[in-house]
Amino acid sequence: MLEIDHIYKTFNPGTINEKTALNGTTLSLQEGDFVTVIGGNGAGKSTMLNAIAGVWRVDQGKILIDGVDVTKMKEHKRARFLGRVFQDPMMGTTATMGIDENLALAARRGMHRGLGSGITKKERENYKELLKELELGLEDRLTSKVGLLSGGQRQALTLLMATLQKPKVLLLDEHTAALDPKTAAKVLALSDKIVSEHNLTTLMVTHNMRDAIAHGNRLIMMNEGQVILDISGEEKKHLTVENLLDKFEQVSGEEFANDKALLS
Amino acid sequence: MLNIADLLNAMPGAISQGLIWGIMAIGVYLTYKILDVADLTVDGTMSLGGAVCVTMLMNGYNIWISIIAATIAGMLAGLVTGIFHTFMGIPVLLAGILTQLGLYSVNLAVLKGKANQGVSADNYDLIVSLRYVKNVPFYKNSIFVVTIFIVVIIAVLYWFFGTARGCSIRATGCNPNMSRAQGINTGFNTVLGLMLSNGLVGLASALYAQYQGFADINAGRGAIVIGLAAVIIGLVLFERIFRNFALKLLAVALGAVIYYIVLQVVIWFGLDTNYLKLLSALVVAVFLAIPFWKKKFFTKPIQKGAETNAGN
Repeated sequence: MLEIDHIYKTFNPGTINEKTALNGTTLSLQEGDFVTVIGGNGAGKSTMLNAIAGVWRVDQGKILIDGVDVTKMKEHKRARFLGRVFQDPMMGTTATMGIDENLALAARRGMHRGLGSGITKKERENYKELLKELELGLEDRLTSKVGLLSGGQRQALTLLMATLQKPKVLLLDEHTAALDPKTAAKVLALSDKIVSEHNLTTLMVTHNMRDAIAHGNRLIMMNEGQVILDISGEEKKHLTVENLLDKFEQVSGEEFANDKALLS
Repeated sequence: MLNIADLLNAMPGAISQGLIWGIMAIGVYLTYKILDVADLTVDGTMSLGGAVCVTMLMNGYNIWISIIAATIAGMLAGLVTGIFHTFMGIPVLLAGILTQLGLYSVNLAVLKGKANQGVSADNYDLIVSLRYVKNVPFYKNSIFVVTIFIVVIIAVLYWFFGTARGCSIRATGCNPNMSRAQGINTGFNTVLGLMLSNGLVGLASALYAQYQGFADINAGRGAIVIGLAAVIIGLVLFERIFRNFALKLLAVALGAVIYYIVLQVVIWFGLDTNYLKLLSALVVAVFLAIPFWKKKFFTKPIQKGAETNAGN
């Protein structure tokens, strides 16, 4: 479903701030894979997701989504294959538009946006039903501006928007990192539910090792722009934070130096 | 000696001018508020539309064709700024200034090298004129005619910004990152918004030239400031009662009318008209500062635990 073939990305080349973020990253996802991605700061996790989404072009390598070469495709063109939820709850929605209007924008992802109605009555009814399933009471605030919602509500809405048109790949970029623990757990549970309901191929970046182990059918660890660990199946089910850290040391020859990941 | 009759006498003129600038201000609203960019092209466009309209009239074209041509000319000016900005990567403020400067030459060329060109209501079938503000049947009155224009423009814009394309333009201005993630071509939408805005300004310019009886190379000098003044005055004064999109556009048009009425009052008080631009600039500066000051001096610190919504 997703093929990442030796992609490279260097930011600010030739300057003092030069940073090689992706260093021959290679990864292949089967349909229905739910892959959690962990790694220290600057390991290239978010950069890899941005490369897939096409925020900028990679320097080298290829990216295929469902057999289509998207390496040179612009961000808004690729969007029809992808559902995305960002770390910053502000980033996934338009604050000045209503909940219904935001959903309608997402429902037209990958479609021609012409002079037809921006949102129909029938759509509104449908959104009401879908919002009910989130159990956040949003179905009664259909026309409220999204700017009035809390971070957790926004992330739940963004999740719904990302999956309104079934994406080939769902990209979750630390989408619970900005939330308080209780809300984060809720949004994670919701993510699980949506992913399994629609059998979505998913990449979920997280800072939290426990979450990475508890969710998905496969776990990868990144370091210095490469995938250094890839664990799936039975092996993943029996993973613990401790033996994950051991494995990291074995593979990389250094200690996992990330307080945030350790403590959480 | 201040004579109230003089002021009242000047009011119909001030209102019609204000309404014409109201169309222009709606154009500014589209870029400044919806696309979230300050487009300085309008200073050039506000001269361009009049120049095109008057020159076409003199060449024997029908008044409506001339007005439509002025609107299209304005849209092309917006297209140029849009291309500078999206295709050539020039920051939008600078892109607008470049187009505006270039338009000075274009406008001179359209006016055949003259700084202004008269067009008399005696010889041409003008739809608005400062002679049509009093003692004419109501349907010929410029206030009535321009009001019809504004109502139609607001109706069309209200419809357009409710379409799928229109919604995507609103999203582009509010959150370009999210828009691209939802498959919206933000570059295209920005160009479209700039064209729409400058088309309206070109139309306003065509009406303004007819109203004054001449097209002028300097008609647009400082237009962006007047446009912003109208947008800000309109939104600040009517924000509590006008929430609907169509009503907001109406508020902007009324903002321009209020601007011109205040201007008239200031002139009536005997201010040297040479200082009008200075006054406008200062008024807009103060109004632009209000949101900043509000935030800086009047926001209470948020207390922990007060966010009742954060739980879910």
